[in-house]
Amino acid sequence: MTLAPERPLLSPTEPHHVGAVHAAAAHHDGSTRIRNATPAAQRPAYKKSGRPNPAAHLTPEQIEELGRELDAIQREVMDSRNAADAAYIRRIIQVQRSLELGSRAVLLFSGVKVKGIRPAWWLGTAGLSLAKILENMEIGHNVLHGQWDWMRDPKIHSQRWEWDFVSPSKQWQHTHNQVHHTYTNVLGRDNDLGYGILRVDPDQRWSLFFLFQPLWHIGNALMFEYSIAAYDLELGGYVARRKRMSAEEKAAFRAKAAETLAKVKAQATKDYLAHPAMALPFGGPSNAWHTLTANIVANLVRNVWANTVIICGHFPQGIETFDNTDIDTETRGEWYLRQMLGSGNISGSKLMHIMTGNLSHQIEHHLWPDMPSNRYAEVAPKVKALMAKYDLPYIEGPLLKQAGSVYAKVVRYSLPNKVEGRRRRDIIRLAAKKAWRSRSFGRFA
Amino acid sequence: MPSRALDGLRKLAGALASPLVPEDYLDLFDPLRSGADLRGRVVSVTHETPDAVTTTIRPGKGWRGHVPGQYIRIGVDIDGVRHWRAYSLTSRTHPADGLITITTKAIPEGKVSNHLVAGLLTPGTLVHLDQATGDFTLPTPAPARTLFITAGSGITPVMGMLRNRLGDLADVVHLHISPTAAASLFLTERQSYAVGSPSAASGPQAGPTAYRLLERHDDTDGFTDLTRDLDALVPDWRERQAWVCGPTGLLDAAELLWATAGLTEALHVERFRPTIIEGGEGGEITFLRSDISVDADGTTPILDAGEDAGILMPSGCRMGICFGCVVTLREGAVRDLRTGELTIAEPGDDLTIQTCINAVAGTCDIDL
Repeated sequence: MTLAPERPLLSPTEPHHVGAVHAAAAHHDGSTRIRNATPAAQRPAYKKSGRPNPAAHLTPEQIEELGRELDAIQREVMDSRNAADAAYIRRIIQVQRSLELGSRAVLLFSGVKVKGIRPAWWLGTAGLSLAKILENMEIGHNVLHGQWDWMRDPKIHSQRWEWDFVSPSKQWQHTHNQVHHTYTNVLGRDNDLGYGILRVDPDQRWSLFFLFQPLWHIGNALMFEYSIAAYDLELGGYVARRKRMSAEEKAAFRAKAAETLAKVKAQATKDYLAHPAMALPFGGPSNAWHTLTANIVANLVRNVWANTVIICGHFPQGIETFDNTDIDTETRGEWYLRQMLGSGNISGSKLMHIMTGNLSHQIEHHLWPDMPSNRYAEVAPKVKALMAKYDLPYIEGPLLKQAGSVYAKVVRYSLPNKVEGRRRRDIIRLAAKKAWRSRSFGRFA
Repeated sequence: MPSRALDGLRKLAGALASPLVPEDYLDLFDPLRSGADLRGRVVSVTHETPDAVTTTIRPGKGWRGHVPGQYIRIGVDIDGVRHWRAYSLTSRTHPADGLITITTKAIPEGKVSNHLVAGLLTPGTLVHLDQATGDFTLPTPAPARTLFITAGSGITPVMGMLRNRLGDLADVVHLHISPTAAASLFLTERQSYAVGSPSAASGPQAGPTAYRLLERHDDTDGFTDLTRDLDALVPDWRERQAWVCGPTGLLDAAELLWATAGLTEALHVERFRPTIIEGGEGGEITFLRSDISVDADGTTPILDAGEDAGILMPSGCRMGICFGCVVTLREGAVRDLRTGELTIAEPGDDLTIQTCINAVAGTCDIDL
């Protein structure tokens, strides 16, 4: 029996036919930001918000020197990628698929009760949760970053991979790889900064919407894969700007929405229909029901875990945000500097690093998003030493501490900033009145 | 099984495996099963000469066999990177053990050939294969009089023919050119086919064949120039169907000779290294699907050159991190603007490259 030969591609690109022409391309130099060699002016001592600028003590020359030292660290690793790295990702994929298959096999008996508990449900759910976490974090996220493209294996490639997550890979690659990794922590440019629903920095403008953000945050964590899908679809922007959109923009949105819906449907069919149905012959409706709940729980566990890891990357205390000025003329050194100051690490065991998809090495990942994830651990001490040398804060801490710091921020910044001469409750009351009058909640207006 | 039931099963398997395909899970158990992408497992690697090895491979169950003279593409992972090369099959077409062989001679700078000859492709390794292809084959029925001209590793497709079809060939002249006797591939075996050799009468190839071997070695016989020497070596070459395989110079000379004699139809050549791609500075970028070519210098990203030419280029961060601009390089050479590293795609390699940090280095054909 021959099964489907290839993964379906969700976004086929239409060929663009213009006819045979021959032209000479204009010479470009410096059009690619990485080659901007003009150092910027000395950084001001304070940011717009009045908070101290952590890089104010560095001269532009020092920042470029820092960039060169980081380039050297990168070269050393990228030039030494080898068969052991390839074996690593293939082993992880093999372990993940075996774990998923094994867990799903166990779940065929999820309804079977032994001494009052359902051992197959517990074992299968735990295994499936782990498998989904591994697939999304250490495999999917990193493959979709192109970390393994150098192997030239079409089965493990950023252009071909489709992950076990409702957001279509291609859409996620746009909002994540392109927007978030380019504009990391730039206020107004990096929508990952609070995902448009959280205020995690005092420099983000407060609105009434954020008053309830502890609720939004919990909901976001539980429904993470769906909120990421909506986010990658830019659903919020569509809702807000729908009335001002051209027919073309609307059509483009509808095409994307159709992709997302197709992926949601495929994911739901698999987890909530096909696999429960497989359990039917092994123990009837009770078995199918328990397989369904196992899949729901595994997806929830994965959602909460992924959200917990990801909020530790950019939101904990001590991590910087940046004003939306001058970033288009950023030099290589300045770009590196922003990535380093705008990210934070999670400390822990080797297992912890794998389960976070090595996003525990968020600083290193943001410096070099396409470096194979198994190599971040070896460059981390070098990056840390370099940052110490330049007197820059290297933010890291255990998962609970980092996540706790984000939860505290979510509560703290649900309220507006303190302003001299005004009570915060007055600011909130005024905002509520305005919202009532304009029948607008403040966020997507 | 009725086809509707089969379709239903397929759909169910697809739904269960989504977003992967069922194959991805089946590969865990048997990567060589029928229906899988064609792969093979290396059985052994043996030296033919100091710089050439024969690699024996057990192909997957999907292997459809070959015609003598055909080649396969083989994908070998070296230092974690997959490299595809084409090599002629030298094995019998219906072997009892189901194994196939290719013979590889080390060429200077040859990534794969040197890897194989150094014995780094160890037995048990999984390799990726394509089905056999190529029209450098003998017709059926075989011609009455045959001429083979081979040089160096150009012997390999012809060796496939001799091992399989020698009994069908009534009258064969084989001119083989190699630098030295020691470097001459399969010399002993070919000598054993020759008329009058002790094993020719009783060997497996026993039959009506008259096989005459003309073995020329540059170190003792001097350089063999077809234009000058062929009349003397094979006076009746015009009356023979000829199969020629070897370096470009030999093939060019043969094509000129046969064309001059008005006998192009009688000549069959195999260019086993059809193009030699070397990296340069700047050059021509061809966007295949758009049918547009542009000249760009060595510092202009392919992305910029394409956009200027009106191609709908996928793009992203424009600094090499997001992989939003990745396209397929069908053939040619590009240089990484950050590191100077050269990426070369031979025909069939189909490499993916980031256009925002690569410039053309010579020529390149982009699938856009």
